[in-house]
Amino acid sequence: MSRTSIPVIGLSADGTGAQSSATASIRPASAIIDVTIHPAWMRTAHWLNVVAVVVMATSGWRIYNAAPFLDFRFPGDITLGGWLGGALQWHFAGMWLLVLNGVVYLTLNASSGRFVRKFFPLNFDVVWHDLLDALGGRLSHADPRHYNGLQRLAYLFAIADLALLVLSGLALWKSVQIPLLREAMGGYEGARRVHFYAMATLIAFVAGHLVMVALVPRTLIAMVRGR
Amino acid sequence: MKIAKHSPVGHGDGDAVVKDALKLMMRRIEQPARRAFLQRSMTLGGLAMLGGCSITNDFSVEAALMKVSRFNDRVQGWLFDPNRLAATYPESMITRPFPFNAYYGESEVREVDGDAWRLEVTGLVADKRSWTLAELRAMPQQDQVTRHICVEGWSAIGKWGGVPFAHFLQRVGADLGAKYVGFKCADDYYTSIDMATALHPQTVLALTYDGQVLPPKYGYPAKLRMPTKLGYKNPKHIRAIFVTNTYPGGYWEDQGYNWFGGS
Repeated sequence: MSRTSIPVIGLSADGTGAQSSATASIRPASAIIDVTIHPAWMRTAHWLNVVAVVVMATSGWRIYNAAPFLDFRFPGDITLGGWLGGALQWHFAGMWLLVLNGVVYLTLNASSGRFVRKFFPLNFDVVWHDLLDALGGRLSHADPRHYNGLQRLAYLFAIADLALLVLSGLALWKSVQIPLLREAMGGYEGARRVHFYAMATLIAFVAGHLVMVALVPRTLIAMVRGR
Repeated sequence: MKIAKHSPVGHGDGDAVVKDALKLMMRRIEQPARRAFLQRSMTLGGLAMLGGCSITNDFSVEAALMKVSRFNDRVQGWLFDPNRLAATYPESMITRPFPFNAYYGESEVREVDGDAWRLEVTGLVADKRSWTLAELRAMPQQDQVTRHICVEGWSAIGKWGGVPFAHFLQRVGADLGAKYVGFKCADDYYTSIDMATALHPQTVLALTYDGQVLPPKYGYPAKLRMPTKLGYKNPKHIRAIFVTNTYPGGYWEDQGYNWFGGS
């Protein structure tokens, strides 16, 4: 608590993931912050990221449609921008929101200690155990402050995938100015593929994420009002 | 055509399809509160999906996006390293056939009479005389095998040769401190670039393609080749060059393509 200016983070609750929310609710009013599942900055970052990802994906689909390298196009109705020039304007405006919001999120996440608390330990045993529980329908969501192994893996994947999208996008935008990044992506044409497939896997994550939210709807409420 | 084929209801009216689907779903959703919530969220979703038509047509959103695009021009000007060279490739990697691209079809390529052609030079230059093709060919020449990147996303490797543009600008006594160099073309295309890119060592007033006189489809008699910029910034069939401090815009840029268009 002493190293952060954001008291709603509720360090005491996070430290003991097993603590049930029922215990917290019968505590005196001063302990109400303990039931906070997601701090306000994190919820804000999450919803700004949703806006950014929707803008980037739907405008990106229209840009892809201008010169598809696979044997399909995205239906025009689900794309943003109206034409290639409009889609590019949305894409190159949305990138600032995606990057700036991402940097703020990662900075606050790391500096508050939340990143380490929420996502680690993460190892094969944790993930395997929770995967078996999930397949058996036994995976507990009793304490939404605690991410299970699958959640940790999925959210870390989303963060890494978004970082890859930004880097491959930067390689495409500035392929001459940043040759090291371009070559790391397999050249200009390689970066196009990396950018596309990173988008596709992010969409797969979003689909799974939405299914989980539908199965455990109170996680949506927690992401809106924080508890 | 494809949409009609795949339409499950069998008629082309998108609104009617959505209404039918809503009706079907509403029958299955009995709880009134849930129904109201779903109805509202679907409307919101619908609005977001229509973005291409409705949001972009809103003048203020368009103006805001254009402002961000101009901001991105400045960011790119700042990122641009005047000494950073674009990658070059062996001739074996040249894309054959090199794709044709213009704002019109290949059958409408302009035929320019090279003997009658003169390259006009105006604006902030000391020497405003026009140049013949023979005079340009007598200047120092430089070849490059570089990647052409189209704003649509595709890329192709080609070989261009001609007068280093920095040499040409110095020869005509251009004000090298001016902001812009503009181009007017025989196919009514027009565009403009920043002075830093105009002076880049790989910016070439190209007269040849793959060792041959520049063919009409690639911009005879002269095009500006810049491997540091996207394809639409590389004007073909140039008939006039002017140096200016007044933003000249461009054919695509005026419609919304980013002006700097750098790689």
